[in-house]
Amino acid sequence: MSIPYLAAIREAQAEVLRKDPRVFLYGQDIAEFGGAFKATKNLASEFEGRVINSPISEDAMVGLAVGAAIEGMRPIIEMQFADFSSCGFNQIINQAATHFWRTGVPCPITLRLPSGGTEGSGPFHSQSMESLYAHYPGLIVVAPATVEDAYSMLIEAVALDDPVIFCEHKFLYYHLKADSLPKQNLPIGKARIARSGRDATIVTYSAMLHEALRASTMLQEDGYEVEVVDLRSVKPIDTDTILASVARTGRLLCVGESFPWGGTTAEVITRVTSEGFELLDCPPRRLNAKDTPIPFHPDLWRVHRPTAKSIYNSLHELIRL
Amino acid sequence: MSHRSPATPTQTNDPDTSAREVYLRAHRFMLQARYFEETLASIYRSGDKIVGGVYLGKGQEAFSVAMATVLQPGDLYGPLIRDQAGRMAFGESLIDGVRTYLGSALGPMKGRDGNIHRGRPAEGVAAMISHLGSMVSVVSGRLLARRLRGDTTSIGATSIGDGGTSTGSFHEGLNLAAVEKLPLIVGVADNQFAYSTPTCRQYACEDLIDRAKGYGIEGQRIDGTSLEECLAAFQKAAERARTGNGPQMVVGKLLRLVGHGEHDDANYVSERLKKNPEGRDCVLESMRFIRERNWATDAEQASWREETMKEVEACVAQVLKEPAPDGFAECWEALSHPHLIEGRPS
Repeated sequence: MSIPYLAAIREAQAEVLRKDPRVFLYGQDIAEFGGAFKATKNLASEFEGRVINSPISEDAMVGLAVGAAIEGMRPIIEMQFADFSSCGFNQIINQAATHFWRTGVPCPITLRLPSGGTEGSGPFHSQSMESLYAHYPGLIVVAPATVEDAYSMLIEAVALDDPVIFCEHKFLYYHLKADSLPKQNLPIGKARIARSGRDATIVTYSAMLHEALRASTMLQEDGYEVEVVDLRSVKPIDTDTILASVARTGRLLCVGESFPWGGTTAEVITRVTSEGFELLDCPPRRLNAKDTPIPFHPDLWRVHRPTAKSIYNSLHELIRL
Repeated sequence: MSHRSPATPTQTNDPDTSAREVYLRAHRFMLQARYFEETLASIYRSGDKIVGGVYLGKGQEAFSVAMATVLQPGDLYGPLIRDQAGRMAFGESLIDGVRTYLGSALGPMKGRDGNIHRGRPAEGVAAMISHLGSMVSVVSGRLLARRLRGDTTSIGATSIGDGGTSTGSFHEGLNLAAVEKLPLIVGVADNQFAYSTPTCRQYACEDLIDRAKGYGIEGQRIDGTSLEECLAAFQKAAERARTGNGPQMVVGKLLRLVGHGEHDDANYVSERLKKNPEGRDCVLESMRFIRERNWATDAEQASWREETMKEVEACVAQVLKEPAPDGFAECWEALSHPHLIEGRPS
């Protein structure tokens, strides 16, 4: 059996719909049509009345989810693209994120954000929003990079009593596959060592994990062993696992697909330099997308975001320092 | 939250008696709100006891109280900033309000949020955020959740002003409620100003009620200064919502008789406007209404004021002795799951 990343997301939703009567799905085109990416294919017929089409109203979709969650339900909201969650930004950061702190009443919503770039998607269908949401207190932000994590972390997200921003990467939807879905997995909040090494640490997440792994394989041919940490959760960040890795290697490269100013890679470097400065043998580096909107043309897009090649080059410079 | 009932109607089958008792009960809540808010304004001006701003509902009490009066226990209420009267009618205790304004740690928000943002979501009262229009979809979400669970008996109501209707959030929320045909009442207090901006800079339609047709929902336009008219309109709206006719919009024309907040002298409100029908004071109008019908003597009306003032004074005196929140004892954790708080020993 070969299960794509997208199918794992669908299966996770089927699983929580099956097991938890509080769960319902709300989003654009998700019912009979099965969603823009088919992440909810056939769920409307299998779970009658619980997979509901919404108007194009991201603000109201999130507001509705907050209300339903306060009422004791476990809504999963599908944003058609992560980019459009900016239209629901206020409800996410001011309503959902503040509710527990302000009132003592939890707000268990899961927002699915089809994230990241694919060829030809352009400035408004390619964004990575995880760093933006991680900035706000009261939100959990996850970015699964594997089929197994997409499945288990989505199930766990729905079970949590706090709002979860679930950043699923569109680039991984179809071509990333696993043989089976896990019965057990690391919990949200724990990073994973995706590859062991001794010469440098790459900390990354989501689709960049696979670019980082490819770069590490290329570097292996040059005689270097690179350790790759898959964050899995952007917030909370598993600082302990990162520091332990840097303690082994002494060199750090952070790679993220989102824009370079601030963000997750900057946060990781801040933590390592402030909590583990003595572990570093040289200044840490980071690699992000370029500081421009995301380009439409594939030839531009491939240069805009980090790739195995650019990560490889950056690692070479890092190791020579 | 204790349900307060200064003039709880006795059971009666006589429609005239029943209507009178509903009216008087609503009137008493209006008075309570007015006198409480006058006390707040006085404390605000006298020094530093009030924490944060003071935003009053003077002139809107009839509209506010009427919307909450038609709600039943178990229904949902999403008040906005000028809904002291409605809050009291829905069952909020006086002390909840006093505690938030005076910054007591014992208030419903424990100092984490204040004053007009207070709410008790577990008891059906939404804790509003400042971003106008955004509560429409939240109350709608609660109603949708109830319908998914098979509860089709309860309704919800939420408030907005003329300025708030200009937001995208309001539009999205009401459109969604209409599409889902939810039992939601939206009370629009068309109070002529959003802070200092007059309605001509807020909307270009002839009347806000015209929008109801655009949303595909039922609407009523009323004199927001008449408690009798407000009660009748919201009673009809509640009955229509409860019987499956979808969202109900009630637009009440009235005038905010105070500044946006107590820091604002509202010098932008013209004398001409104050003399217009919407400039009538709904509390004075209601007192006159009661007097004309001999529903209460002047002495009784005076005793109501005295009773309320005593209650407010006692409450303020008690709360002034209560502790303020302690930043060093506060639990600075915004998640309900401690194991996901960063920096916390696991």
